[in-house]
Amino acid sequence: MARIDQLDPELGASLREKYAIVGVGETEYVRGSGTTTRAMATRAVRNAMEDAGLKPGEVDGMMSYSAMDSTLSTFVSADLGIRLNFYMDVLGGGSSTEAMVGIAMGVIEAGMCETVVIFRSMNGHSQTRVGGTGARAVAPVVGEFLHQRSYGWQSPGQLFAPSFMRHMHDYGTKPEQVAMVKVAHSHHASNNPKALYNNRVTVDDVLGSRMICKPLHLLDCCVETDNATAIIVTSAARAKDCRQIPALIRGVVGRVSKPRADLHYEAGPISTVAGHYAAPRLWRNAGVGPEDIDVTGSYDAFTFTTMMQLEDYGFCKKGEGGDYVSDGTTFLGGRRPNNTSGGHLCEGYTHGVAMVVENVRQLRHEADDSCPIGPNGKRQHTYDHSEGGCRQVKGVEVSANLGWATPGTGSAMVMRRGA
Amino acid sequence: MTETIVADYLGMTLQVDSLDNENQAYFGHCARHEFHLQKCDDCGLIRYPVGTGCAWCASGNFTWTPVEGKGEVHSYTEVVHAIQPAFKPYVPYLMLVVDLDTQKGAPTEHEALRVLGNLVTPDGVLAPPEMVAKVGIGSRVRMVFTDIADGLAIPQWTIDEDAAQPAEIWRYPDA
Repeated sequence: MARIDQLDPELGASLREKYAIVGVGETEYVRGSGTTTRAMATRAVRNAMEDAGLKPGEVDGMMSYSAMDSTLSTFVSADLGIRLNFYMDVLGGGSSTEAMVGIAMGVIEAGMCETVVIFRSMNGHSQTRVGGTGARAVAPVVGEFLHQRSYGWQSPGQLFAPSFMRHMHDYGTKPEQVAMVKVAHSHHASNNPKALYNNRVTVDDVLGSRMICKPLHLLDCCVETDNATAIIVTSAARAKDCRQIPALIRGVVGRVSKPRADLHYEAGPISTVAGHYAAPRLWRNAGVGPEDIDVTGSYDAFTFTTMMQLEDYGFCKKGEGGDYVSDGTTFLGGRRPNNTSGGHLCEGYTHGVAMVVENVRQLRHEADDSCPIGPNGKRQHTYDHSEGGCRQVKGVEVSANLGWATPGTGSAMVMRRGA
Repeated sequence: MTETIVADYLGMTLQVDSLDNENQAYFGHCARHEFHLQKCDDCGLIRYPVGTGCAWCASGNFTWTPVEGKGEVHSYTEVVHAIQPAFKPYVPYLMLVVDLDTQKGAPTEHEALRVLGNLVTPDGVLAPPEMVAKVGIGSRVRMVFTDIADGLAIPQWTIDEDAAQPAEIWRYPDA
């Protein structure tokens, strides 16, 4: 039998650009939604359907993911008059988005349904705190968690921090370099009217904010948000009848893990993340490489997650992530902007969907910034990225999303602007 | 018949289920202040944390084996803002990822038995700030136990006073 890590260059190309994201939708990014995850999910899916120009009878697949903190496809489909040929609600957090796009392609390819909507709905601030405070912090500690939570090791920041610290140790990565991730995303958010936090910050602001757990200051961490997001996947053939320019899916990898998914620290180097294992398969499937990517969406649960993934997917040499995120490359106007919406650090935390939403809009050349809308109904982008200005990246053709669950597990996707 | 252990630790409820044979055995050894891990009967490798099969060869056959509780800090975090209410009185506290000397670099170069735990005093209490300030990547530590209930103690780490500490210990560069 051929070894699993010996990739057949021909495989992976078979579904390239055969499927597309044709609709995206969301609710406001707020702290205090004043409503249920069911109501928010319904609105986000409805918005995505309107965006795509799809009626209830034209969507027949639904998927969602949650950490037992959300509603289910059964309720959301019912609230939208959708009869389903396929649905599945799974456990999971970040990195689920791209993995689910791949699953959607697979179930459509298998003839199980025609068009799949994927949603994530969470009251991450006002109900189940994503940071782990509240009900989760006082739940009994059982089973596998006896080896973690008993040590006051529970929140995502606490769980990931040993990887971040080891990266600093192994490569000399500096706090002021990594802080530039937040600075860049805050600049982007200042051009995003939807963003929860749209004030621009400096390196000093980040390093001067209070320490949460080393090396993470408050401003190195994402913002707990109430929000629902949705994306719609269908065949490139059906995409032709939809309202928008399709974002063609060139390649996906989903929930790729380091060895020892139970406790990835057992298999080092721990300053390397799952992207190291995912990258060859991603670029093989997509038929492009990092140098071909115009805009990235590298998951920013923390500033460090963005940096480590960009490095392990090959956007810079191993160990040079600190330079890459601090030399201007990842800013609007730079060679390859990252998280042009402001991402989880500034726009709001959505467990990854919003970064795909943003890249779909970038590929359409329709970032929803403050640029004026012209007589054709489209935004007239100025490409002036100064504060409050344009957020569209000029001439975007190919994007990459890098999803993160933990240092040990990630997903990714490459999309290209369709016609 | 084994009973479910339910105990209070710093105001947190820890529970070892009666059906959780592996954790019952692991924490039972800890309660006797013995550190035992599962050693695969087929490939001979020791594994951490507790599991139901071998992480390398998938064998289900194993023997609980005494393992020396000495090692070196591989990485850590210093928690300043506690998430669990139980830990708020003890900040800043260290969460250590420790490479055991046993089986370090095996079966491949970057693998090790990396055992988690807090930095504590020799009698198992979360370390005071002046002790926290001394420890970082490279520190030599030894295992001690924090007693919680009958049949339940958790392994912890304290500074190994008898070991030669490295000339340089890496710590987060505080301003």
